[in-house]
Amino acid sequence: MVAGWFTGEGDDFRLLGTRCSACTSVFFPREDVCCRNPACPGGGLREVALSRRGRVWSYTDGRYRPPSPYVSDPELPWEPYALIAVELAAERLVVLGQAVPGVTVAGLTVGMEVEVVPGVLHEDAETTWTTWHWRPTGVTA
Amino acid sequence: MTGEVAVLGAGMHPWGKWGRSFVEYGTVAARAALDDAGMDWREVGSIVGADTVRGGYPGYVAGATIAKALGWQGARVTSVYAACASGAQAVGTARAQILGGLADVVLVVGADSAPKGFFRPAGGDRPDDPDWLRFRVLGATNPTYFGLYARRRMAVHGDTPEDFAQVKVKNSTLGALNPYARYRKRVTAEEVAASAVVADPLRLLDICATSDGGAALVLSSMEFARRRGVTEPVRIRAVSTVTPRYPNTVLDLPDIATDSAVAVEPAAETFRESIARAAYEEAGIGPDDLSLAEVYDLSTALELQWYEDLGLCGEGEAAKLLRDGVTALGGRIPVNVSGGLASFGEAVPAQAIAQVCELARQLRGEAGDRQVAGARVGISANQGLFGHGSAVIAVR
Ligand SMILES: [Zn+2]
Repeated sequence: MVAGWFTGEGDDFRLLGTRCSACTSVFFPREDVCCRNPACPGGGLREVALSRRGRVWSYTDGRYRPPSPYVSDPELPWEPYALIAVELAAERLVVLGQAVPGVTVAGLTVGMEVEVVPGVLHEDAETTWTTWHWRPTGVTA
Repeated sequence: MTGEVAVLGAGMHPWGKWGRSFVEYGTVAARAALDDAGMDWREVGSIVGADTVRGGYPGYVAGATIAKALGWQGARVTSVYAACASGAQAVGTARAQILGGLADVVLVVGADSAPKGFFRPAGGDRPDDPDWLRFRVLGATNPTYFGLYARRRMAVHGDTPEDFAQVKVKNSTLGALNPYARYRKRVTAEEVAASAVVADPLRLLDICATSDGGAALVLSSMEFARRRGVTEPVRIRAVSTVTPRYPNTVLDLPDIATDSAVAVEPAAETFRESIARAAYEEAGIGPDDLSLAEVYDLSTALELQWYEDLGLCGEGEAAKLLRDGVTALGGRIPVNVSGGLASFGEAVPAQAIAQVCELARQLRGEAGDRQVAGARVGISANQGLFGHGSAVIAVR
């Protein structure tokens, strides 16, 4: 769906961004054209793996089915999922993502530690669309 | 002040779900604004349209579409798109033309025919569009962003869902007094609490609906106003259309991540705060000078955020300001006396213009039951998708 946003399996799973060689700014989603720091003379943008763990900046959920282009099966009842905005300390940025299935807003607090894990966005008979999920650390399953 | 332009006329089409073309709403609003100004359309030297992108092809050329509907008369034409800030950019463009001597009188129009349900991006697979990506990859609707901001306020400032509900109670009470509002019923805190959760912690009655509607202004040079015998018009003294500063560290629509602050220390001032500051600086006033404010209450919680961004109170003090009645009609600084988006709903290209229509009515002392006593200075504040600032300061 979107190339080069994440890589790896299991414990090696990471979000991928890019880092400017001149000013060290990090970009996610990846910025491959030119550094967006207005004070930067412009450097090469190299792919970089983001921190696995961060802290919850905020969270919410969607109790109603999102419209297209989100893909969901209209035949099935809508199952809300949580969305978590996560602050990564080393990169000093916030990345939004879906929570792992089973984690609801009731199980989240601002400041809680979470980690990035591979997940399935949607699948049909022909295709499985993979994505990243945020999972509270200490939660297995 | 030499940088000022006069507001000669303001007009609106009532908001609601009428199911008609944006052209009709825009034309009705434009004619109302011209009537209000006591002007003939043929006297207007320039028309600036705020674009809708949902009205089909003609929507992309709103200025000319409305000019045609009013009757071609050869006016200079401009169409602008800046999402929810489109109306402010239209006002800013009109002002620049007047101050630049390109036109004496400019008609500004915004109108929309909104789709049912959630706003969604235009069709097709467009992974280079952040608005498409947030829906496709995350299913993140506008209300989910409002939910994120609301939860963040609860965690950082101790706001409660009951505080948020009181914003709706206030705005619906005011909207009930406004004949142009879509919702004219007062809402209780119990009704907010009983409405369905849309994006935790926000409920249906915390979130603004989508609506049809139209709004228009007739702006002129001060010299033209004097020649027409309008000696003390409402004047526009500032139009802020600033962009954010890198790094923008508050997660915002439609982005799914913030800028990184690893290389550049973020400014103490957030983007929304900078929108207001630019307007204050241009107008040569501060928050203490305001008689009223019209802010962009996409959600109840977001209205509270604007109190702080406009400098009406310190950081984290918005809920207290609301509880103390400071932002209610009769309070020190009434906010959204029009009823706000809570009562109007979103008609994207029209809403920033509608805010200025309300300021004009109030500053003229023609707002009837919702009149702010002795109103002299008003600000509107708004923010457009993709980093479009929007604030207008009007004075009398
Ligand atoms: Zn750089």
